[in-house]
Amino acid sequence: MNDKKLYSITALFNTPDEISKAAEVITNEGYQKYDVNTPYPVHGLSTKMKLKPSTLGYFALVLGLSGAAIALLFMYWSMSIDYPMIIGGKPFFALPAFIPVTFEVTVLMASVGTVLIMLFFFFKLPNNSHPLHDTDYMRKVSNDKFGVSIEAKDPKFDAEKVKQLFSDLGAEQIEEIYYDEDEINHKNKVFEPRFIAFLFVVAIIVAGGTYFMLNKLLFMSPFNFMMEQHRIDPQSKETLFADGFGMRPPVEGTVARGFMPYLYQEEPEKAEMLLSNPLFATEENLKLGQKKYNTFCSPCHGYFGKGDSRLNGQFPNPPSLHSEKIIQWQDGRIYHVINVGQNIMPSYSKQLTENEKWAIVLYIRALQRALNAKEEDLK
Amino acid sequence: MSIDYTREISVIEGSPSFSAVNELIARPLDEKPDKKFYFALAITLSMLGTGAICLGITFWFGTGVWGLNNPVGWAFDIVNFVFWVGIGHAGTLISAILFLFRQKWRTGIARFAEGMTIFAVMTAGLFPLIHTGRPWLDGYLLPYPNQHHLWVNFTSPLLWDVFAVSTYFTVSFVFWYIGLMPDFANLRDRAKTKIKKIIYSIFSLGWRHSHRHWHHYEMIYLILAGFATPLVLSVHTIVSFDFAVSILPGWHTTIFPPYFVAGAVFSGFAMVQNVLIFIRKIFNMEHIITMDTLEKMNKIMLLTGSMVGYAYGMEFFIAWYGGNPIEFFVFVNRAFGDYAWSYWVMVSCNLLFPQLFWFKKIRTNIKAMFVIGVLVNVGMWFERFVIIVTTLSRDFLPSSWGFFTPTIFDLGILIGSFGLFFTLLLLFTKTLPVVSIAEVKAVLDHAQPKHHHGE
Repeated sequence: MNDKKLYSITALFNTPDEISKAAEVITNEGYQKYDVNTPYPVHGLSTKMKLKPSTLGYFALVLGLSGAAIALLFMYWSMSIDYPMIIGGKPFFALPAFIPVTFEVTVLMASVGTVLIMLFFFFKLPNNSHPLHDTDYMRKVSNDKFGVSIEAKDPKFDAEKVKQLFSDLGAEQIEEIYYDEDEINHKNKVFEPRFIAFLFVVAIIVAGGTYFMLNKLLFMSPFNFMMEQHRIDPQSKETLFADGFGMRPPVEGTVARGFMPYLYQEEPEKAEMLLSNPLFATEENLKLGQKKYNTFCSPCHGYFGKGDSRLNGQFPNPPSLHSEKIIQWQDGRIYHVINVGQNIMPSYSKQLTENEKWAIVLYIRALQRALNAKEEDLK
Repeated sequence: MSIDYTREISVIEGSPSFSAVNELIARPLDEKPDKKFYFALAITLSMLGTGAICLGITFWFGTGVWGLNNPVGWAFDIVNFVFWVGIGHAGTLISAILFLFRQKWRTGIARFAEGMTIFAVMTAGLFPLIHTGRPWLDGYLLPYPNQHHLWVNFTSPLLWDVFAVSTYFTVSFVFWYIGLMPDFANLRDRAKTKIKKIIYSIFSLGWRHSHRHWHHYEMIYLILAGFATPLVLSVHTIVSFDFAVSILPGWHTTIFPPYFVAGAVFSGFAMVQNVLIFIRKIFNMEHIITMDTLEKMNKIMLLTGSMVGYAYGMEFFIAWYGGNPIEFFVFVNRAFGDYAWSYWVMVSCNLLFPQLFWFKKIRTNIKAMFVIGVLVNVGMWFERFVIIVTTLSRDFLPSSWGFFTPTIFDLGILIGSFGLFFTLLLLFTKTLPVVSIAEVKAVLDHAQPKHHHGE
């Protein structure tokens, strides 16, 4: 056994009083690399061993404050900058409503972070290769004995003197602890490249897996059933109805709100005589007219009413809206054409509301006037 | 009878030796479970299976198989959630708040109560996830950069819940694990088989009972207790915000947070007391989980039960004193409306029966306290039912009033939740030490140096 490397000499005591005394004496003798192992924390030992107060509290403070800052900044960024949205009439930075999450993140960061720092940096755990493991000494201090172990690395270490000191203190059992092969070569490396690489791979797998699950998998069958469900589209066939059309005509003999039947279906002259534009040429009405004109009229008539169709001859080009005839028409006649259609132009009575039709008339007037502007219009 | 008040009552009766305590607590882990254990497990697994079948049917057909519908959009799912989160409050209260108050009697029950907290929060956490109807989409509850470029709504109480419950679970778990670490080391050192030794070595992280470690260990315990104390109070506060922040009469009250927290501690202690009555008997731990401990728990139940009773009274008083006719109607409706029976179950179980704990004879009678504990949990379940369902069934528009009747699936899932909780609890008693070995050793009469007083 003696060719093995000595780790420490250990002694076992029976009572907390004895270990307390032993710790005091060993500290006063000037030993530094020693440790006391007890099955539970014995009060007063820290003072006897002259240990400095634990600094974990500072780590908890810093981690807690960072947690609070991270939570608040993230909520500020996501709710006020990245995707600002007013919810429940609250301001973008609704501090009172952010308090609960800030508190929770503070507690989470501080508790979990401090524990991890304690385990990995203060204790240098996990370490199952420590020389003290698997010894009779460890089995006894785990149960009901109180042990002290002075390491061979201690500058004052002298095997004979240490043993003498232990027996003077009344130790029950004195034992030498040797390294075994694994333990000599063992180094607890938190920053070992393989360990870091392992953490990195785990992080990638977790992040990638989460991303795949939430952003890809949920859009595949069968999870996408809400997007792919059976429904009736406009213009589609539908066997549900006897006529096979998906769209339904209005119920016989009813009039939809805002769609009074047009009175002058066959009488354009009468319409020209009797109808006049109820709208004033305000900016708002002209904007509405422009929007509706661009949507419904411009594909054939062109954006400026010149008859320059965008349909590449799939539909015959209509005549220009700037002809003498149309400029001479009263507003009611243009309105009539929108309602009833003309030649191959269909009726737009169902697509547009009353207001929109008259707004289009206003806009056509504006286009006409723009192309044949008079001297005074420039003022 | 004269009592010497100058001497503290021993936390652990009879000053057993360290190794006797160690042996007593660790032995059940070495023995094969007996028939009674398998019988109990069979019952809880059947309950769990019932719940699983009902849940499977729910996932297949949608939440339409439940009894809830407009206007009662929250029913058993949320009732169960609040109930189980409440059960989970006793453990951290015992391990954190009583630790800060230097209540040494907590050591015998802390480990078990913390375990119950973790299992109760796990059970509770299922319900909001199920309640969403499509639980595979629950990932959207987390703020992560998704393809919609959309973040969660940090101003919503429902989102606060996500953070509160998950933080509570994580911190409770860490607290539990830190407490378990020395015990894992202990089990490692007494393990007879190789496989056990490997498992315990991994979980002990190589703990060496070193005082240089204990020195920081005691500090982290204090820090964790310090954080867990406001945390445990915040969790049910935030759960109560789910209701209090809305504008429904009957929910929109400022008394909700303290009232919910008191109720949570109340029901949690009742559950812990009920289970411990069995544990101390089965594991011969009557001298560790003493009658004195149980009596103190009953006193806490008496206190919190009275606080809950005060809240019931104050709610009615404010409904009348506040002069809001709609609010007043809601409260009268609770007591005398369609669900009056559940209201009176709640009042009698939560307010009246626990008052029996004023008598020392009842407080120290195992059978009596067990029955009262069960009644308290029945009452607390109905409290959540009353708050949620009666309020929703009578909203502002009389034309949309409704009546909620649970379906067989609602009941099945409720039974399943009990099955899950007790299954986990049973497995826990056979895999981990149900009482903290290191902590109990530290509070034995002869555990601390004699010349060292005042700590």
